[in-house]
Amino acid sequence: MNDATSTVPVRSRRTGIITERTLPYVLLLPSVLFLLVLFGWPLAEAFIVALSNESGEWTLDNFREMADDLNFADAFRNTVLLVVIVVPLQLALALGLAMLLNQLRRGRDIYLYIWTIPLGISDLAAGIVWLAIMAERGYLNTILNGLGIIDGPALWLSYETPVVLFFAVVVAEIWRATAIVLVILVAGMQLIPREYNEAAEMFGANAWQRFIKITLPVLKPSLQTALILRTILAFEVFAVVIALGGRNLPVLVGEAFYWQFEYQDTGVASAYATLILVISVLATIFYLRVLRVREETLT
Amino acid sequence: MKASNLLSGATALAATCVLLTGPISAAETVFLSTQLRPIEEAEKVRKVILKDYPKEVAFIPEEVGPFITRVKAEAEAGKVSVGVLGAVHGQLPPLAEVGALDSLDDVVGQLADRKLVSTFVELGKLGTDQHLYVPWMQATYIMAANKKALEYLPAGADVNTLTYDQLKEWAKNMHEATGERKLGFPAGPKGLMHRFFQGYLYPSYTGGVVRSFKSADAEAMWADFKDLWQHVTPRSTSYAFMQEPLLADEVWVAFDHTARLLDAFRQRPDEFIGFPGPAGAKGRGFMPVVIGLSIPKGTPDRAAAVSLIDYLTRAEVQVTTLQQVGFYPTVAVELPTSLPEGIKIAASAIDAQANASDAVVSLLPVGLGGKGGEFNKVYLDTFQRIVIRGQDVRKTLDAQAKKLAKVMTETGAPCWSPDAASDGPCPVE
Repeated sequence: MNDATSTVPVRSRRTGIITERTLPYVLLLPSVLFLLVLFGWPLAEAFIVALSNESGEWTLDNFREMADDLNFADAFRNTVLLVVIVVPLQLALALGLAMLLNQLRRGRDIYLYIWTIPLGISDLAAGIVWLAIMAERGYLNTILNGLGIIDGPALWLSYETPVVLFFAVVVAEIWRATAIVLVILVAGMQLIPREYNEAAEMFGANAWQRFIKITLPVLKPSLQTALILRTILAFEVFAVVIALGGRNLPVLVGEAFYWQFEYQDTGVASAYATLILVISVLATIFYLRVLRVREETLT
Repeated sequence: MKASNLLSGATALAATCVLLTGPISAAETVFLSTQLRPIEEAEKVRKVILKDYPKEVAFIPEEVGPFITRVKAEAEAGKVSVGVLGAVHGQLPPLAEVGALDSLDDVVGQLADRKLVSTFVELGKLGTDQHLYVPWMQATYIMAANKKALEYLPAGADVNTLTYDQLKEWAKNMHEATGERKLGFPAGPKGLMHRFFQGYLYPSYTGGVVRSFKSADAEAMWADFKDLWQHVTPRSTSYAFMQEPLLADEVWVAFDHTARLLDAFRQRPDEFIGFPGPAGAKGRGFMPVVIGLSIPKGTPDRAAAVSLIDYLTRAEVQVTTLQQVGFYPTVAVELPTSLPEGIKIAASAIDAQANASDAVVSLLPVGLGGKGGEFNKVYLDTFQRIVIRGQDVRKTLDAQAKKLAKVMTETGAPCWSPDAASDGPCPVE
């Protein structure tokens, strides 16, 4: 590097608006603008549409219409149930897998790559994969038929079998989205200093104690991130449900979709969107508080 | 929403530019149509269907919005350039209301020998005492069955004069004999089940669609339909195009739009038959999608416009239209044996349905604007609550009737056939 290129920017940093103190803010500005224009603005718009009627007056009519709707209670219940069942299972599974990976001395990367394959698959494609398994003439029935457990094709994904349909969605969601939790946790575990475990071992802590006393506490920031991410995405579950159940299993985002595109009522669709947003924000605040991370543990 | 508005705005603008710049010679007849808009179809109209017409025709396909705007604007300005209009029944009332359509009483008289489907000719009056359009083409919804199902038909039943009671009996027979439910409906998210309720079930049982929504007849109808549903395959709530489960042998008897059954008829014409929708106490409800030909008032060359209508309603031209673009004839035609077998199967079912002695014509909703989806939702939710979730029929009908009344008052849509005409929004009685 010659003198000309290294001194010019330094001089300009000292003068004008761009100083050393303001530089980080200036660099952040484009992304903030981007977020404001492409997220903030539509968000505000959605709120306004949800809270006003066609003549522009403020009203709760859209929310009333949403709550009155035939599918609202079911959609709400199904979505919450899915989150409550899927997220903890994914977390436990991902923790277990991450611990296993941590113990591997060789071939660790290969296992990680294989386990994260579903990350690269779109959720609709994941839904279709499981549809191929669970459909009437799918792989599951072929196997069950071959084993003599069922006689002829059984129907798993209809409105007559809501429980099976629900668990098909649970399984598909776990298969599809556990990998993201796994990746976050594996990254977190690599930050745990080896000395902690060695010291604990010296004092005679067994594996379980080390997991509870060292791994989990130090992993807290990663757990928080993973939980927030997964919970918000789980509230937005849609494509897998559509692929497997059509409208036999109503969920919140699905209803928002139908109100927008089938019934062409943007007001009620926005009310659904607002509701999903509020739930997601509440869940995020909950995790931030419950899994609060003290500054010193971050170092 | 906004993007699509912008897009249609741009299309309208482009169309206006074409209109202003493209000189239209007085010798050619302008044929403005909301139908056959896809390029391939429009080309077939120009190159095949109109091939033998001796005079020059400018066939201009146009979206509904710009179509209405153009005709209205020309009428208001007193400078009409269009010769013939082609549009779906429900698209013409806004033009009739402003007096932009010419009386076609003389044309209908002149075409008497064509044997136009009389119910459609009547519809062409658009509720007035004059003929405002001549039926041009049609599509509709029919039933289809695998021939394997025929042996289970109840004694004395004929598919062409089937009743809803016989359909139930038939479905029950198949269910009992095969252990599987072989009757199917397109009740999935992309299916057209709402048209079955609006065009077939309601008119057949109650003689209406909106007025009679929560009547005693409707109550009995839903109880009956729920009873029938025991023998309907539960996969129905996932079906979109019934040709697929028919071809896969999952169902043997199905209801759907002709275009969504055609693959079954085409691929295995020896296995499938088509037949009219069933009849109830009030007749054989069916929903035609009628496309009509009109002449705007003050057209530059009325004689040429009439001769074009005359040409398009000729039996051989109607057959060509069917072959080229898949819309069915509105006149009595002898279908040539060279016609693909699949098209013939559907055509004979459509013919039997439209000309049934007990036919009750139910039209596509008119005047709902953007509320069409919510209107359909009322019928689909009623079905969902009564049939799928087993809720009380009376209570459900009362609750859903309020939602229907709201849609009707918000849009102000007057009643359409088969409901008796109304002053103001169609009432839910």
